[in-house]
Amino acid sequence: MKNRFIELLKEALENDELEINMSDNFRDYDEWDSLTLLTVIAMIDEEYDIVIEGDRFDKLLTVEDLFEEIKKKTN
Amino acid sequence: MAFQEIKNVKIVGISACVPKHIKDNRDLTLLGSQDEINKFIDTTGIAQRHTVDDQNICTSDLCYEAAEKLINELNWSKEEIDCLIFVSQTPDYILPATSCILQGRLGLSTECFAMDISLGCSGWVYGLSTMASLLSTGNMKKALLLVGDTVTVTKSKDDKSTYPLFGDAGTATAVVYESGNEGMKFNTGTDGNKYDSIIIRDGGFRNFFSKESLEVKEHEPGIFRNNLQSFLHGQNVFIFGITRAPKSIRSLIDKYKIDQEEIDYYVFHQANLLMNEKIRKKIKVESEKVPYSLDEFGNTSSASIPLTMVARLREKLRNGNHKILGCGFGVGLSWGTVVFNTKDLVCPELIEI
Repeated sequence: MKNRFIELLKEALENDELEINMSDNFRDYDEWDSLTLLTVIAMIDEEYDIVIEGDRFDKLLTVEDLFEEIKKKTN
Repeated sequence: MAFQEIKNVKIVGISACVPKHIKDNRDLTLLGSQDEINKFIDTTGIAQRHTVDDQNICTSDLCYEAAEKLINELNWSKEEIDCLIFVSQTPDYILPATSCILQGRLGLSTECFAMDISLGCSGWVYGLSTMASLLSTGNMKKALLLVGDTVTVTKSKDDKSTYPLFGDAGTATAVVYESGNEGMKFNTGTDGNKYDSIIIRDGGFRNFFSKESLEVKEHEPGIFRNNLQSFLHGQNVFIFGITRAPKSIRSLIDKYKIDQEEIDYYVFHQANLLMNEKIRKKIKVESEKVPYSLDEFGNTSSASIPLTMVARLREKLRNGNHKILGCGFGVGLSWGTVVFNTKDLVCPELIEI
């Protein structure tokens, strides 16, 4: 599940070359902006059928945080 | 959940008017570098917008032109128009109601029922459901639904989270009583707990206009606005759109056992391409049935559904029978879906002033 998530994240960031570590603060990626955020929300909705509301999303900092939130919500 | 089936009414004509002036997002340095501009246009689908600019054109001016042309092509006499509803969040004045001003300006009978409804992106569907209810008893026979907004006036030109997305437009929809007509079906809903997701904070009666209302603040890098200009929580509105709109469409289709194959066109509120495509994919409709006008006009708030019909479907709708699903969603937060039929729709060419 983790590998698939990272692949999808790369796709949303539109950079296949990007090296993604779970500890990365995803907002620090050069590719990250407000439109990427929407693409990631759309990806999570499409792949996992869940939405992470704004207030909650703001508290998630790392790729790990995001992944754990998805795991928690899909269980 | 509010479902309504309203019989004995039908839409006989739709017209739309936009300002001539074009703002091209391809030249908009507010968005940043050329790469950032391209990314914005690819993601949102909004390449340009028609805006009132600084020409002092009101929504009522756009709706007036749309109404005059439609009345003319329908060969209606003005005395027989019983009912006028104006849906907008950019009225001429705080008071009186703009529908009253339009009744006078259009020269309609003083026996005319006239009222304003204050809704945005869901407004055309709500206005239509209100009008259909009023007409379905047969007491009133001919009605004009005037819907539009000049939302660009409410945006800060230094707010990249709102300014590049919106355009201005006014529309007119002619609705008549017809005994025995199958009518229209609606699903409507509201989530007022999220009222501050899209909001103009000052200038109403909760927070009066004050000197502080004009103070421009930088809320995030590249996002400057004052409290008379509208705020949009992009993330929350996006989540709202991709969840509520498909649910509303699905529930209406299920409730009335509508054969999805029979629907010729799905006309969505034109929010942005990313959001609208998500909605389209969720309800599993092929792209040929989902017209877009946002590439040319942007998000035109309450006008977007009828404007898209005029700008993109006019030639088709003028001949023959069509079944159309319309879905509006946004400020409120508020949403509505309607299914209706048209036959040889009177649909004048798009007007520009």
